[in-house]
Amino acid sequence: MTNRIKLHSGLSRRGLLGLGLGVAAAPALTACGGVSTSGADGGEGSVNFLSTQFTQVEERQRFEKILGDRVTGQKVAFNAVDPSAFATTVQSQVDAGKVQLSLVGGLHGELAPHASRLADLDDLLGSLGDRGFATDLTDLAKLSGGTTKYVPWMQATYVLAVNKKALQWLPSGADVQKLSYDQLLSWLTAARQANGNKPVFGIPAGPKGLYHRFFQGFLLPSFTGGQVTTFRSPDAVTAWQYMKQLWAQTVPASTNYDGMQEPLQRGEVLVAWDHVARLRDAPGDKPDDWVMVPAPSGPKGLGYMLVVAGLGIPDGAPEADRAKAVVTALTTADVQVDVLRQNAFFPVTNAQLPTDLPGAVSLEAAAVKAQQEAANAIVSLPPVGVGARDGEVSQIFKNAFKEICLDGKPVQGVLDAQATQLNVILDELKVACWRPDPAGSPCRVA
Amino acid sequence: MTGKRARVPAAVLLIAPSLVVMTALFAWPLVVGVGQAFSGPDGPTLGYVRRMLDDPYFWPAVRNTGLLIVVLIPIQFAFALTMALLLRERPRLAGLHFYVWVIPLAISDLAAGLVWLSVFADRGYLNSVLDHLGVDGYAWLSYQNTTTMFLAVVVAELWRSTSLVLVIVVAGLQGIPKDYDEAAAVFGATYWQRLRHVVLPQLRPSLQVALILRTILALETFAVAQALTGRSLPLLVGETYQWYNVLQNPNVATAIALVVLAVSMLAAAGYLRLLRDRTAAR
Repeated sequence: MTNRIKLHSGLSRRGLLGLGLGVAAAPALTACGGVSTSGADGGEGSVNFLSTQFTQVEERQRFEKILGDRVTGQKVAFNAVDPSAFATTVQSQVDAGKVQLSLVGGLHGELAPHASRLADLDDLLGSLGDRGFATDLTDLAKLSGGTTKYVPWMQATYVLAVNKKALQWLPSGADVQKLSYDQLLSWLTAARQANGNKPVFGIPAGPKGLYHRFFQGFLLPSFTGGQVTTFRSPDAVTAWQYMKQLWAQTVPASTNYDGMQEPLQRGEVLVAWDHVARLRDAPGDKPDDWVMVPAPSGPKGLGYMLVVAGLGIPDGAPEADRAKAVVTALTTADVQVDVLRQNAFFPVTNAQLPTDLPGAVSLEAAAVKAQQEAANAIVSLPPVGVGARDGEVSQIFKNAFKEICLDGKPVQGVLDAQATQLNVILDELKVACWRPDPAGSPCRVA
Repeated sequence: MTGKRARVPAAVLLIAPSLVVMTALFAWPLVVGVGQAFSGPDGPTLGYVRRMLDDPYFWPAVRNTGLLIVVLIPIQFAFALTMALLLRERPRLAGLHFYVWVIPLAISDLAAGLVWLSVFADRGYLNSVLDHLGVDGYAWLSYQNTTTMFLAVVVAELWRSTSLVLVIVVAGLQGIPKDYDEAAAVFGATYWQRLRHVVLPQLRPSLQVALILRTILALETFAVAQALTGRSLPLLVGETYQWYNVLQNPNVATAIALVVLAVSMLAAAGYLRLLRDRTAAR
């Protein structure tokens, strides 16, 4: 009986290819939606809002409801499209001088290529002084220029989820809220021994998992201070040797995990690293049995990846003033908390979080805040300005993991080979480096 | 004179539609594909081919695909021939058996893959049965157990695609007049002698077709393996999918597709030579 139930979870872990095909078809469909509605939908006086976020139907409906409830006074036509449709729409409209969009929302890396197509928003940001944006975020919003190009909208990151059962094996002197990578390793090693030699740690290393972000934004910045430029440095070799040891204490089935909340729920894994949105349901109805903690610190600091979305106004937007009113409304504390509650993106403002948040969300909120405010924090970004090549750039990090940790090849050799591949891609792209690498252009592995 | 020149031979007219279709659906995509694999934004380049060759998944994919063909096809033909010969003996309910045996033909690759996934998954049917028998389950599809992963794909493909060979062989057998076989029997040939010297030679054209079809289809094994093993057991066509869809690099994807095309053509030509009827006078 139980086997039948478990069987289904086994099936869904592969992501059910059928679903995968559906997902593959979705961008095509949404792209059509974007094209057909970007001009005609809203009509006179309404704000056409194109976004790469909330493309999923339920998320989109929840966000539209927030817009309807909270953004009174302006009529907003919200369209969510995939990043490539977003890029071509913004580019073609602004470059052709026929702008129908008044507001665009996307991740930092999706807005960055359009810096020259976005209006300066210094005045708008100035009028939002009471929002309490972190200076980190407003600095990013300048997109390497002198003026503000977008207003921070919402953020997400990755944290560790810990089942309190695992805390008993924590080495003495280690604070789970302020772990170092060495402490994490000795903790997981002790936990494995105490757990009948079964590892308790998991990472989302499945086909649709986000484990490459662990290397890009956490492991490598913490050990090397960089993401790309230091890719094959001696520090990087140390980092990957550490990763090899960590992998030895990791549940081998991690290579099947696309997200960590199911394995955490099933108890296959007690400690896991993943995106906050993919950990949200892990505690289920027992939030008291769980803690969410910041990522560990390495020799260079606490590297963490910031996923930040911003709101920009294209040059020549027909309803720029109304769009500014919408931005003002979207950054109010009420809307920021609504978005957190409904769609699991965290506030970018100092909005006071209510006490009645779902248990897991308030656990995450504490971890996100602690991670961001850590004195030794090193902010990393997902690759910026690489557009559709993000998959290829990230694959390099996945390849390094596969060859070093799964195939057991010598670290330096693998890093040299993959660095060559990474440089082939970067040489074609000719983009400036993104955090935490120094903003040199063009970005390359040293 | 002008009237004469305007006359197009009937043969040309007759093959024109198929020529147009072949050009539009095969030749043109082939030309575009070659162009895509060998030219970049800065003109002709071998960069994509080099990236394909340097990719850590490419050579394992070549090896796995080759191994799959070498292991799968002989077993498959042995099964299909045995099944067809059993049917030829006209057992009771022969029709029913035939229909049951060709059911897999009607099932989509992906569905078949998912069915077998539910068998081999860590908490799938196979491990449940083992569990009931008191044996510890085994991670059949774990990246650590390459052999069982490969065997799982072989079993699933065997189940799914043997029926195609069976249908072709059964059709071939039905075309062989009984007279030869009976004559051989009258002269005292044993069953094996008749099979070896009478039935199999007459089956050659069917076997040739089946071999070419199956080898090309085995080269293109994708959905079953994808469902069962993801990228843990890379295969060539799975890699084109990965490059095209996930990594969004159509150029490298085309380069791999051209490798599949080249090997398919070589295999087809090889079979045609190998199974040529040397007795036929030309």
